Amino acid sequence: MADPAVEDSPHIVIENLRFRRGRKVIFDDLSMRIPRGQVTTVMGPSGSGKTTLLRLVGGQLRPDKGRIWVDGQEVAKLSTRRLYALRKRMGMLFQSGALLTDLSVFENVAFPLREHTDLPEDVLHALVLLKLEAVGLRAARDLDPASLSGGMARRVALARAIALDPGLILYDEPFAGLDPITMGQIVSLIRRTNQSLGLTSVLVSHDVTEAMAISDQVVLIADGRVVDAGPPDELEARASDWSAQFLQGRPDGPVPFHYPGASYRDDLLGQGEHRDD
Amino acid sequence: MQVRFFELAVGAFVLLGIGALFYLAVQVSNVTDYHDRDTYTVTGYFDNIGGLKTRAPVTVSGVRIGRVADIRYDPERFRAEVTLAIRSEHDYLPMDTQAAIHTAGLLGEQYVALEPGGDTETLQDSDEVMFTQSALVLENLIGRFMTNMGSD
Amino acid sequence: MTDAIASVGRATINALVVFGRAFVFLMRVLASLDIVLRRFGLTLAEVYSVGVRSLLIIIVSGLFVGMVLAYQGYITLVNFGAAEALGGVVALSLVRELGPVVTALLFAGRAGSALTAELGLMKTTEQLSAMEMMAVNPYRRTFAPRFVAGFLSMPLLAAIFSAVGVMGGYLVGVGLLGVDSGAYFSQMQSVTDWNEDVLSGVIKSVVFGFVVTWIAVFQGFNAQPTSEGISRATTQTVVVASLAVLGLDFILTGLMFGAG
Repeated sequence: MADPAVEDSPHIVIENLRFRRGRKVIFDDLSMRIPRGQVTTVMGPSGSGKTTLLRLVGGQLRPDKGRIWVDGQEVAKLSTRRLYALRKRMGMLFQSGALLTDLSVFENVAFPLREHTDLPEDVLHALVLLKLEAVGLRAARDLDPASLSGGMARRVALARAIALDPGLILYDEPFAGLDPITMGQIVSLIRRTNQSLGLTSVLVSHDVTEAMAISDQVVLIADGRVVDAGPPDELEARASDWSAQFLQGRPDGPVPFHYPGASYRDDLLGQGEHRDD
Repeated sequence: MQVRFFELAVGAFVLLGIGALFYLAVQVSNVTDYHDRDTYTVTGYFDNIGGLKTRAPVTVSGVRIGRVADIRYDPERFRAEVTLAIRSEHDYLPMDTQAAIHTAGLLGEQYVALEPGGDTETLQDSDEVMFTQSALVLENLIGRFMTNMGSD
Repeated sequence: MTDAIASVGRATINALVVFGRAFVFLMRVLASLDIVLRRFGLTLAEVYSVGVRSLLIIIVSGLFVGMVLAYQGYITLVNFGAAEALGGVVALSLVRELGPVVTALLFAGRAGSALTAELGLMKTTEQLSAMEMMAVNPYRRTFAPRFVAGFLSMPLLAAIFSAVGVMGGYLVGVGLLGVDSGAYFSQMQSVTDWNEDVLSGVIKSVVFGFVVTWIAVFQGFNAQPTSEGISRATTQTVVVASLAVLGLDFILTGLMFGAG
């Protein structure tokens, strides 16, 4: 059952996804729809499998059960050639940037162009400069990836992700570990590229403030399922106990502060003789 | 540019490697003997070839003039058939030349020593060496020695 | 008692699993080899980093090994009055055994561990994943060129090792110990056979190159994506490759020199 590729149809559809790694169930009957042309953030606690979700969407992993469609095509059923064709229309930003260390900044951004197009060198040169300009790093084009700061590396990775003008970009924890200024740069870049290129952006993050600020849609995941989904303000308004604890960053609540085990009293007194107090 | 440098370095490396192989071929091993620049073949039949192996030297007066090309058993004559490849320039060997299997040193490798005779006609390609002397077999020697001792 | 048996069984199964994975990996790399011809620049860069950069250690080691061989050989041969045979002893030892084997061991240590570490790091920093997501096949772009580079460089390095070793042997044998220089080479030539000795040494080094590079590249590919995982993988490359080389040497020597 494939959705027709109409403007209004969701860019990504996930239906009854079940995925296990070893004995741990990561997703259990997960379903969601990612609308086209908007910024959607998938949020959840660490270990909830957010990166795994991106890998499943990109076809690097296969679901145990359930189906995933991207742009009307069922990812798990694609032949290698078709999968590669699909990936050319997707950009992915990895957590650490994942720039190729043996290439310069310029060559990193040029990489997808060189691999997948036959553009003449001067056109390619202009395109790369264009992408680098969009992320503000045109003058850094001859630098070595090893000498870039985390934020700069991520910006270069973004330039590389948009090199082939994809319709969809996946961001894996784009805000993690950044200082406030760089964070602001990334936030505004994500929003701007989404608008100006008419992209669908899917972010995976647990940085609540930033995500709520730039998203059109937020999906909360916990225990392998969708807990809630909707525009940020709606979500905050109707937050259940768990969602409220997550969204407001409260240290204690449905997710306990103390690691479950014996009571404090028993632990302290249990070793010596039992003292009657 | 970077690519240029790589190409240069790799080219030098490959040349060095091939050069080493060349050196090993020419200076270190006997590949020069391999070039069967023109040789002609001559066959000899032996009762016992002992430890003779193919590629063993063929000498006359100790000078190497060829090598053993092939060793086979002839079931019709019940003898070993040894094919000698002799370099073409040594075409002066008389028809009654004798081929003997000698040992280099006491326990060394065996080779074919040619002893020229006095015939006016010379050995040509595909000729047979009529006079052969088999290798000395240690066991026979010891046996003979012991029987000699016993008969005293 | 049963625990011990169980853990041996488990270890064996694990080893088989890893070997199977390594084999599948090898098949995929071999299937991607066409890229080597089409984009030669990638392979070229790898031959440089794997082959050219190993030259120094190979040449120095070859020199020393050749010199030691001459020393040791002389000490023993002189007792039999056979010092003139030194050239042959040095040459045969190098060309048949020490050239291919020592080069392979050094290669595993220097180039092999570097390959594993590099690939392990690429895996850890998600570069390989990123390539896949950019619809670039990492087998073609990353693994195959490195594999070919190692496989081609090894025989060349082994030949260089042997040649330098012979020269080192000359320096010590003739220069230092007084063996006649003519005898050194003429004995060598009469004893060293191109086919049996030199070529079988070359065949050995080709086989070693294949195996060592396969192990090095696979270990990098298979490493756990943590810094501890990379260091473990690098150590394993050196250990497994060295053992494989020695084991294969035994088998190959038996095949080549035993029956013949």
